[in-house]
Amino acid sequence: MSTQGGSFLHEMAITQSVVQAVCERMGDAPVRRVCLEIGTLSGVVADSVRFCFDLVTEGTTLEGASLEIVQPTGKARCRDCGAEFALTDLLALCTCGSANRELLAGEELKIREVEVLA
Amino acid sequence: MCATCGCSGGTILEHHEHGHEHGHEHGHGHPETRTVTLEQAVLARNDALAELNRTWLADHGILAVNLMSSPGAGKTTLLERTIRELGARLRVSVVEGDQETVLDADRIRATGAPAVQINTGAGCHLDAQMLADGLRTLDPPERSVVLIENVGNLVCPALFDLGEQARVVITSVTEGAEKPRKYPQMFRAADLVLLNKTDLLPYVDFDVAAFLDGARRANPGVEVLQLSATTGDGVAGWYDWLRARLP
Repeated sequence: MSTQGGSFLHEMAITQSVVQAVCERMGDAPVRRVCLEIGTLSGVVADSVRFCFDLVTEGTTLEGASLEIVQPTGKARCRDCGAEFALTDLLALCTCGSANRELLAGEELKIREVEVLA
Repeated sequence: MCATCGCSGGTILEHHEHGHEHGHEHGHGHPETRTVTLEQAVLARNDALAELNRTWLADHGILAVNLMSSPGAGKTTLLERTIRELGARLRVSVVEGDQETVLDADRIRATGAPAVQINTGAGCHLDAQMLADGLRTLDPPERSVVLIENVGNLVCPALFDLGEQARVVITSVTEGAEKPRKYPQMFRAADLVLLNKTDLLPYVDFDVAAFLDGARRANPGVEVLQLSATTGDGVAGWYDWLRARLP
């Protein structure tokens, strides 16, 4: 299912964590929409989470909810020259040639918001 | 479907064809909803449990090291040798993670070290709760070392903090030098990279320089040690690394 070595199961665990966290926070309120942030460098494949979502939400207060996934792209700051640059993958170098960079964005893995019945 | 909001309520197809003023009192109705901002890490629960593990380990003076690799990279063989050669001085116990079987825990127990096997079933990684359960069963003595053999997998274990003090990624020369490029998250998460089975280097096409370059692109400055868990060549560096981290 995934582009990462056929591994799909961690997206299942990730999706279960989403459902568990939303249920804990929102109690019995029926959930109509869930918005997640999954950075492009997070190691989590958004399409796999989408695939898991309907399976995992079955029988929960999230059943039938729509799923929105926002995917922040990678951004880094070079620790050697100070430049900020877009990071398309975790191996990309700064234009100065340095691999020594601080990740500013792209590794997000969070629940941004939910919409529940009032 | 409602052409305005996409809802599937009722049979009204053209939301805007009503020729009258209305306050949304018509047939299919929109249940009132409210949006709640959570801004919560998806793995917040695991991370909180991991912090509890970390505190418990620190309070008991226990060094916990999470060993991660592909299946067959030689984790269990390295553990066997480490326990045989250091076990008397370091008091090592082991948490074994595998999807099925107790084979690895049996191999570890044969060395004389206490071991607990955790079968993750469909799960492809250990998580903080599993380590907490494992530690409870294992009950390691104060001022000892717990080596955690994660499920053989270079993807999932990188995401789940266990509360360990250090993460070690093991790659063997039979796997191919491109592993850091294929699995950068795993190498980025590593405190130490071990390149194992170096005794086989003469027989395989493995570019050590390309491997080191990949590992350091994913994780600049990461320490890489080359060794053979089978022959013992280079393991002294691994032992020194472990001793240096003892509480």
